[in-house]
Formats: sequence, structure tokens, C-alpha cells
Amino acid sequence: MAYKKRMKIALVGKPNSGKSSLFNQLTGLNQKIGNFPGITVDKRMGFCQLDETTSAEIIDLPGIYSLYPRTLDEKIVVEILTNRNDENFPDRLAVIADATNLKNCLLLLTQLIDLGLPVVLALNMMDLAAKSGLSLDVKKLSKELDVPVVMINARQGLGLDALKKQLIEDIQPSSRRIFKPLDEVVFAVEEIQKHFSLSTSYEAFQYLQQSENLLFLSKEDRIFIKEVATRQNFFPHKYQGAETIHRYGFIQKVLDTVIIKSARQEWKSASNKLDKILTHKVWGYLIFFTLLFLIFQSVFALAQIPMDAIDRGFADLSGFLNKRLPEGPLFELISSGIVPGIGGIIIFIPQIAILFAFISILEETGYMSRVVFLMDKIMRKFGMSGRSVVPLMSGLACAIPAIMATRTIDNWKDRLITIFVTPLMSCSARLPVFAILVALIVPEERVLGFISLQGVALMGLYLLGFLAAMFSALLMKAIIKVNERSYLIMEMPTYRMPKWSNVGYTIVEKTKAFVFEAGKIIIAVSIILWVLASYGPKEVMDNARATVQSESYNLRLTEEGFENRVAAYKLEHSYAGIMGKWMEPVIRPLGFDWKIGIALITSFAAREVFVSTIATIYSLGSTDDNLTIKERLKDEINPETGGPRFTPAVGFSLLVFYTFAMQCMSTLAIVKRETKGWKWPLIQLVYMTGLAYVSGLIVYQVLS
Amino acid sequence: MAARSKSVASMKPGETAVISGFTDEQLSVKLLEMGFLPGTVVRFNFSAPFGDPVCVNVSGFDLSLRLEEADTISILD
Repeated sequence: MAYKKRMKIALVGKPNSGKSSLFNQLTGLNQKIGNFPGITVDKRMGFCQLDETTSAEIIDLPGIYSLYPRTLDEKIVVEILTNRNDENFPDRLAVIADATNLKNCLLLLTQLIDLGLPVVLALNMMDLAAKSGLSLDVKKLSKELDVPVVMINARQGLGLDALKKQLIEDIQPSSRRIFKPLDEVVFAVEEIQKHFSLSTSYEAFQYLQQSENLLFLSKEDRIFIKEVATRQNFFPHKYQGAETIHRYGFIQKVLDTVIIKSARQEWKSASNKLDKILTHKVWGYLIFFTLLFLIFQSVFALAQIPMDAIDRGFADLSGFLNKRLPEGPLFELISSGIVPGIGGIIIFIPQIAILFAFISILEETGYMSRVVFLMDKIMRKFGMSGRSVVPLMSGLACAIPAIMATRTIDNWKDRLITIFVTPLMSCSARLPVFAILVALIVPEERVLGFISLQGVALMGLYLLGFLAAMFSALLMKAIIKVNERSYLIMEMPTYRMPKWSNVGYTIVEKTKAFVFEAGKIIIAVSIILWVLASYGPKEVMDNARATVQSESYNLRLTEEGFENRVAAYKLEHSYAGIMGKWMEPVIRPLGFDWKIGIALITSFAAREVFVSTIATIYSLGSTDDNLTIKERLKDEINPETGGPRFTPAVGFSLLVFYTFAMQCMSTLAIVKRETKGWKWPLIQLVYMTGLAYVSGLIVYQVLS
Repeated sequence: MAARSKSVASMKPGETAVISGFTDEQLSVKLLEMGFLPGTVVRFNFSAPFGDPVCVNVSGFDLSLRLEEADTISILD
């Protein structure tokens, strides 16, 4: 069989045109996310068998309205489509157009035609177009544009065979040239075209228009282009408006000849009626907050069952391996370091999957753009946008999926602020820490007979986190200077039923991204922390048993009590213990001792580890029974004062510390992934820890 | 300063008008791309509860705009 080169096909089109549906239909689960080299955009790609002998690599390019990008994500499109030497340069392009909104979709197509690219026009949503009464002469459209046209229904997967067949065929670039650079710039364009041996004048025009977005150009190339522009009086960005008007003029002419019967607007009336309610000043917010509440509840309640099972499963596996594997540091590393580390990643999957199921449904139905619409004004006061609402609320469940959900924010500054403040929203991992400390220091009393003080304290902590997030956003808004302007020129798609397979693909994609990207760092840090907590200076550790035995000779301990004491002794003298003691002077002003210091270190992996570390260090074995821990903590004496260790001052200081502190390496890992670098996670770590420290300090000093 | 012409921001729900031009050049290129073309009809659908942003229909599809963005689109009186 002859070797056939794998064809590269790029999908382009405007947002909401059904591009993701088509991509999912073509590739199925054969998808992967990679990176475009040197740029902070995910590359979604997959494979598709076009016929028995030809397979194709499908690249899903970000949704765009035109070649002139508005966001960072969109820059990649013009970058790829003007660089014929790039490995990602497609052999064919499939332009997806929403047939109910052809005018807007054709703008991009006319630009691609002018670039001389081999394109196929896939007319999507023909069913809706037909419903609206629109009737098109598709053959004529194809002839007018000199581009093959295929009708598809991406949601139901109709017309895909025809599209595949068309894509295999030898597609010649359209012979049409729609926009010709104005006479005044012709010399500049010609010079650039000649110098870079470009095949079309429009490509040269793009070089002149936006060389700053074409990252493949070398510094010398750029200087040359600038020099030509200055010499020939070419003013970048001056011609874009005229170009767009010219293109729309052409499109209107084409549409006038191919539209046999135009669409009525009535088919949207159901959608408009829904909008009357869903964006109403009372009902709109009421429905939105009810929905949020339901989503939040489900993420909590539904995820709890699999999370408990995962927790138990990994604890059992770890215990089983501990017993079965031969002794030795390597096997201990596996059973006590690596297995719980993996468990610490897997445990987040249910929450991530459920949260993204809901977010994807909101997106699919078109409701998400209404949420943005409703909340934009309020959020903008805090330097964020309407699109920040869902990530922030998701942060109450878990910051990891929440930060992943900031992808929908197209303005970089808005997105960065949202990523930055989301971890301040009290996530579910803080709850176990809150629960035990609140139970310890807040009396179990009721005010007016029904308001539980403990409940009020817990709510106060959530509120505190929320206020800190908003305050930090204001701060960031004042500090960060970004030239990129914030826009809200956003399409409000017609409401429709979600396509369930798209929801499924989103869940798989987000979960995979989390497990593989954040997972690596989580495992690495888990292992380091485990080593720190289980190893110490050899001599002390080796003699741990003997020392404890001689110390507790008169105590008549049960065997279990003895083992617990040994574990506590080992933790105290481990490297983590040494670090805890070393840290004590630093954390003493907050009211913490070295035992709390150890818990702070180990819970850096994840906040909930605080509880189990406290249990170990107070010789309670591996209990997670809150009542036992609470009683034990109550009895703990502060040797300096002779009073209880956990006074309200210490307790509140610790609570405030955990509310603000970035005690979660998974979050750091995901922020690193989303901001493509260590800069922001480190700033975030320093800021949140600093905020936690100062607040804890103030609380302790005021209360004690 | 010359008296400004009316803009999309001053329209009432249900009102329609013809676009005459733009007052912000940087923004105008984005608006043009989305189909806000001089001479086309724009319909003001509704505004968000605090009056901002607003939802309009132009060239056959619904878009949301911030008030400050809508204010850069001039309409014929």
C-alpha cells in the first residue's frame, strides 16, 4: 500500500457556530490537548478517518469572527494561517458557518479566500434555517464564492460523509479576490509580497497590518516590515474598517443572489419570551441564584458518595500494601507516599466532573451568556467580568475546576484577577478544618433559641473568604496594567437543548487535563512531604521505639497506645517536625506552637490533612473521629500559661489563617498550568500566605 | 463641542434605528466585524437589570454590549 501523508485539516468558524460539535463528531474520543509552541493557547486536536486509506489530523482552532484577533487565544489563528512553513499549517480548512446567521460567518470566509487557502464551507444548522423559513440556493452560493459548500447538521452528525468526501478531494483555492488593498498601499504590499515570496497580496497586507501578532517572524523581518510601512506610508489598523465594510458589501451582494426566501424572525420568539423572564430584574437573579444553589448542592452532595468511596478505597489499598509488601523504604514509599498521593488526585475527579457537567450544560443551552449579561455590571466594579461569576461560585466547591473554568473569560486581565482571587473562596477542603476548630472554640449554644453560634461562625468564615476575594480583586484591579481593552461585545445565542455528547466530551477533556497536568506536581509534592514527615536524623528515628519505651515505662500503655506514641514521637523528630520547631518563632506571634507548625507543613499538600496530622501528633493514631480529636485538643495544656493550648484567640487565629492561606498545592499546580508559568502561582502563594499571616497575627494579638 | 448625535445607548426597548457611524475608532473595527454596519437597522431588545449591559439585534443576531460600547454607535435621528 502506498504511503499516504496524513492530511491536516483545520476547523475554523465563529463561536456558537457548532464548531465543537463538528470537532467531536469527526474525532470522537480520539482527542488530545497540546500546546501551540511558544504561545499560551491550548491546541485541541484529534484524528479522523476520512476514508479507508486516508486519515486526517483535525485541529480545532479557537472561534473567531475575523482574522483580526481580539483576545490572546484568537491570535493563534492568524499566526497559523499566514505561516505556510509551520508544522501546524493545514492542508485544508473547513469553515463552519451557522446558516441562520450567514452574513457574520461569511466575513471570515472571505478573508480566508483572499489568503488563497483551500477551504470548504460547511453550512451548519440547516434545520434551524429551514424552520426560520430561510431558503438558499446552495449551488449558487458555491459558484459565487468559488468554494465547495456542504450542508451539515453537526449536532446530529448529518452530512459528515459528504464533508469528509469533499475534504479528501483536491481542493483548489478559490479564484475570487474579494478585497484588494487600496491603491495608496499597493507599493508597500507588493514590496512585502516580493521580499517574503508570498503567494497572495492579502497575506502581505496582513504582514503589514499585524506583524506584532505573527510570532513566527524574526526580529529582522519585523524591522524590515516596519521600515517598508514607514517608507511607503502604510498605517497599520487604518484600513481595517474599510476592509470590513467592503467585505460586508460583497457578502450582501452574494446573499442577495442566493437567498430565495429570507428568514422570519418569529422562530426566535420562544427564545425572546424566555429572555423576558431569565433576564428580569427580579426573576432573573432569583432563577440564577437558585440554579447556583442547586449546582453547588449537587457538587457537594453527589460528589460525596464517590469521594468517600475513593477515600476509603485508597486508605484500604495503602493499608493492604503496608501489610503485604516486604519492609523497606522503597515499599513504604509506594504504600504510604505514592498511593495516597494518587488518591489525593483521584478524589477531586467527582467534583470536577460534576461541576463541568453543569457548566457545560449552561454553555450548551445558551444560558451562560445570560449569566454574563446579568452579572457583568456588578463584577466590573471589582475588576472582573460577568464571566467571572461561575468560576468564583465554583470555588466554593473546589478551586481546581473553578480555575479551569476561567477559560471562558476572554480578557486576560479579567481572567487573571479571577484566577488570583478564586482560591480565597472557602472550598470544601477547608470544611473539615473549620468544623473541628469551630467545634472546639465556639460554644454549642443557640441565640434566641434557634440560631446556632457555631453555624454563625462557620458562615462568617465563608463570608470572610468571599470578602477577601472581592477586596483582593479591587487591589489587583488597581495594580495590574494591561493594554488589552475589555469588551463585552458578545453574541446572545438562541436558547436550545444541550447536546449531551458535547457535555460528555467536556467532562472527559477537563478531567484529563486536571489528572495529567496538575497530577504530576501533586504527586511530586506529596512524596516530598511524605519523606519529610517520615524521615529524620537516623539515630533518633532508629531509637524511637526504645526512647518511647523508656519514657513511658510507668504509664502501662496498651499496645495501640504505645504504637500511637511511637508515631507521634517519630513525627516530632522527623524533618517535618524539625521544620515545625524551627518555624515556631515565626508562628508564635499568631499563637501557634511547633505542633501546629507541623500540621501547617503537612497540610500544604491539601488543607484537610491538617486534621489527620493533628490526630497523629497528639498520639491519637489515625483516627478521624472529630469528637475524640476535639476532646484531646481541649485537654492540651500550654506549658507557658498553664491554661488550655487552644484558647479562642489561638483557635480564631488558626481559622482566619486557614481561610486565607494558599494551603493547596493542587491549586498552585493548576494556576501554573493556566497562566503558563510560575510567576502568578508564586505571587499568589506569597500574597495569600502573607494575608493569612498578618490576619492571624492581628486576630491573636487582639483577642489574647 | 458640537452636539453629539443620538447613540444606541439612548434607545428604548423595542425601538429600531439606523446606524450612522461610530465615535470610537478602536472599538468601531470590532463593531463592524460583528455586523454593526452604517446604514443597517439596529433593534434595541432589552437592557440588563441595572441598565447595563444592553441586548440589541443587528444583522439578524442578538448581541450584548456594555452601555459605554453602545454609546459609541451613532444612530440617525
